[in-house]
Amino acid sequence: MENLNLFIRSIFVDNMIFAYFLGMCSFIAVSKNVKTAFGLGVAVTFMLVITLPINYLLWTYVLSPGALVWLGAEYAEVDLSFLSLIMFIAVIASMTQLVEMTVEKYSPALYSSLGIFLPLIAVNCAILGGSLFMQQREFSSVFTAISAGAGWGIGWLLAITAIAAIRERLATYSNIPKPLRGVGITFILTALMGIAFMSFLGIKL
Amino acid sequence: MAEKIKNSAVLFNPLSKNNPVIVQVLGICSVLAVTAKLEPAIVMGVSVIAVLAFANVIISLIRNTIPTNIRIIVQLVVVAGLVVIVDQLLKAFAYDASKQLSVFIGLIITNCILMGRLEAFAMANKPWPSFLDGIGNGAGYAIILVIVGFFRELLGSGTLLGYSVIPQCFYDAGYVNNGLMILPPMALIVVACIIWVHRSRNKDLQEEN
Repeated sequence: MENLNLFIRSIFVDNMIFAYFLGMCSFIAVSKNVKTAFGLGVAVTFMLVITLPINYLLWTYVLSPGALVWLGAEYAEVDLSFLSLIMFIAVIASMTQLVEMTVEKYSPALYSSLGIFLPLIAVNCAILGGSLFMQQREFSSVFTAISAGAGWGIGWLLAITAIAAIRERLATYSNIPKPLRGVGITFILTALMGIAFMSFLGIKL
Repeated sequence: MAEKIKNSAVLFNPLSKNNPVIVQVLGICSVLAVTAKLEPAIVMGVSVIAVLAFANVIISLIRNTIPTNIRIIVQLVVVAGLVVIVDQLLKAFAYDASKQLSVFIGLIITNCILMGRLEAFAMANKPWPSFLDGIGNGAGYAIILVIVGFFRELLGSGTLLGYSVIPQCFYDAGYVNNGLMILPPMALIVVACIIWVHRSRNKDLQEEN
């Protein structure tokens, strides 16, 4: 039940794009049409669901202060938390590579639709941000980490698809001042959507 | 002489014509998150300049020995190492600023400016131009950060670097701080205004739709 709450909170209240503004670079660059935006969104969700639990286990059993106690009492003093950034990014980069190779081997159709986005994901701040928030908030179990990852991913997917749909319409039906076209108006749109999403703030489930 | 001109172009182009934030649209996340006040914006700008310059130099030094298919991992490891150093230094010497910046120092690793410059410049150039390119792009990023931070702190809380600059008589006459400027979405609007001004002066950068 608690995990379900966290899942829904992560989609709406803690939305990666509109509340934390993470993963903006690919968000702005790849939101020109709905189809590619949706593809990238699915890829990001997938990676968050995979990397968050892995990084959670890594943090709880290896990196956090005193985590190595399961090896023996003399390891209780060991604090490897300064390594967490490097380990998290290494997990994300290698998982990206691994997923890319697996998908390419077993499902060429999915690969050709996701293919170009997968390498981009290693440097998507939403993924690393998810792991860093996980570390900061001290999740209680691996299922919490999975549901938060799924929620953040779906929230990101929702955001990029919505903006891409609006941009598609804007391109055909509106007359925007020339210097604002493209990037400028996307920024303003995102800001307005962000203000709208603020109405979810403070909702307790 | 030709070498010299090229170097100065490498250093100064990213400040305006080829600005990493408003023209190349890289590294937006941190611009939004850390600019509610001027001070963290400055700290963040300096950190990015340092990390970018040194990462560029290191990658440029080892560019001929990196196998192409694992270059992304190599780049990430170099950047992550530098970011950890910056993170620990900030925790030691500027603890308040490092607490305000929280996860965003860590997120320098995935700042697209870094990957973009490493991939596009340092992999193909000698260490010295790469160093200048790092400084230039870092400074271009820092400028935008400081401009946004300046307006948000001035309009949002009426202070600059923590000192109040709007005289008391304004408040007595009914002036109110605009609380909306503190919220993250307003950073997007300020950046959009900067883009608007910048592109109406540089017409060649305008897009079709």
